[in-house]
Amino acid sequence: MATARTSYLRTGLIHLALISYTLIALFPVFLTLVNSFKTRNAIFREPMAIPTPSTFSLVGYETVLKQGDFIGYFQNSLIVTVVSIALVLLFGAMAAFALSEYRFRGNLLMGLYLALGIMIPIRLGTVAILQGMVAAGLVNTLTALVLVYTAQGLPLAIFILSEFMRTVSDDLKNAGRIDGLSEYAIFFRLVLPLVRPAMATVAVFTMIPIWNDLWFPLILAPGEATKTVTLGAQMFIGQFVTNWNAVLSALSLAILPVLVLYVIFSRQLIRGITSGAVK
Amino acid sequence: MGSLQLTSIRKAFGQHEVLKGIDLDVKEGEFVIFVGPSGCGKSTLLRVIAGLEDASSGSIRIDGQEVATVPPAKRGVAMVFQSYALYPHLTVKDNMGLGLKQAGTPKAEIEERVTKASSMLSLDPYLARRPAELSGGQRQRVAIGRAIVREPSLFLFDEPLSNLDAALRVQTRLEIARLHKRLKATMIYVTHDQVEAMTLADKIVVLNAGAIEQVGSPMDLYNKPANMFVAGFIGSPQMNFIPAERLGEAGAKTIGIRPEHIALSREAGDWKGKVVHAEHLGADTILYLETEQAGLVTVRLFGEHRYGADDIVFATPDKAFIHRFDANDRAIA
Repeated sequence: MATARTSYLRTGLIHLALISYTLIALFPVFLTLVNSFKTRNAIFREPMAIPTPSTFSLVGYETVLKQGDFIGYFQNSLIVTVVSIALVLLFGAMAAFALSEYRFRGNLLMGLYLALGIMIPIRLGTVAILQGMVAAGLVNTLTALVLVYTAQGLPLAIFILSEFMRTVSDDLKNAGRIDGLSEYAIFFRLVLPLVRPAMATVAVFTMIPIWNDLWFPLILAPGEATKTVTLGAQMFIGQFVTNWNAVLSALSLAILPVLVLYVIFSRQLIRGITSGAVK
Repeated sequence: MGSLQLTSIRKAFGQHEVLKGIDLDVKEGEFVIFVGPSGCGKSTLLRVIAGLEDASSGSIRIDGQEVATVPPAKRGVAMVFQSYALYPHLTVKDNMGLGLKQAGTPKAEIEERVTKASSMLSLDPYLARRPAELSGGQRQRVAIGRAIVREPSLFLFDEPLSNLDAALRVQTRLEIARLHKRLKATMIYVTHDQVEAMTLADKIVVLNAGAIEQVGSPMDLYNKPANMFVAGFIGSPQMNFIPAERLGEAGAKTIGIRPEHIALSREAGDWKGKVVHAEHLGADTILYLETEQAGLVTVRLFGEHRYGADDIVFATPDKAFIHRFDANDRAIA
């Protein structure tokens, strides 16, 4: 701050901190990827080593693709994640619009109530959720997972989106009303495009916990037809014997779709995080 | 087409009453300006007319038709906003045509009306652009064009010039004045800038604290203000208010005299005073005098004058332009 000239020491330290954080964050991913391409013996002998021609092996991937229906698991995970994101974004944005746009009795209380879920983990209600799903006959369906994840994602979505929607100009919405747009048209055609960066932020924050979740698939949908990738990978982890090749290969494969979704959203995400702060 | 009657319009937000019974009659083709300090309710009144807010009570008639339950789009009004409020994802052309498209107007007619409006506002080269690619002045012209295309009974302007810089403001003001002459449409315009009000209006409505203080032509308000609020609000620099008893005048509580109606001399005059501060503007010279009889007085002289701080001068108010106000701040005729 004091000098206009760049201090090399300062930038150096900042880079050092960021690089070391990056290394720490990427290390498990690196370890998983590297070992997924090695023979079983090589994994245990030198876990840190990069695969060489003598230790290189695709046996893990072969096992994964042969045993069990991994394509199916992927499909389940993708369906659950994408449908949940879509529902969270749709309902979250609608609730946020209502809270930020309309004056009605109990507006503030309703906002607080909807945001409460941020502080209370949904897993506390697992037993009740399971009972409910059993009663509704939804056990072992993807619908059960979608419902739970939508509920889990909504509080944060509503909280973030309603803050953003407050920044959309009132004049613009009023201009739409005078031009004869319905409230739905104002919401979908004027407001949503303007909060797109915030939507991307919410999508990423919602997506990652859903994709990685093991808890609810294990409890609500452990059946073969509804297994998700994380649950599918568990079948190689036994009480006595674990097929590490297969587990690591399955996890490596599971990274890919998240990566793709993240790349799609990330450009918007950065704008979402910085907008408002930098203006 | 284009008359408006407001009858005892009230609007309250919770306990707070923003409009306290507004009665107003706007005739066809009139240019009416609502003017007043911030928070006086002028924008709220405009939004009530547009249908963006519901009045708590009272009746609004546009062209003789009661519109209290009619949605904004069906009231035959078009509005120009301070922040332009253009649709960011639409081109200039689509921005102007959206209202008609929603109303189900045939494509050929939309095209024709947009072309007409854009040539009127010299927007032709920009029709394919998006609002982000336009300057502030161009954006406001598009917003005005969007209103023209609808061919409304009433044009509503909500401080349309406030976001423009000074030079552009004068230019756009001129454009709006010419537009009014050309379209012969009824226009209602909200501003806090009394210069805009004086230069554009056929009729000025001065609002204060949710009530109408006075309605009249610009020169009516300047020459015959109904009360001290209007007298102080219209005219710049502000009218001088002097307690009547200081001047030994009977039958009034306050005496008002505009700065331009005071003559100045170095030799003799009614009030002897010392120049506290002098502002030389070229066309005008504005002097602040500390006088023995009347206290601090502002004097506006036309042209250049060589008065400076600490000069001793004599000021003489022009008797023909003296305003008298009673104990309730009302003008005494």
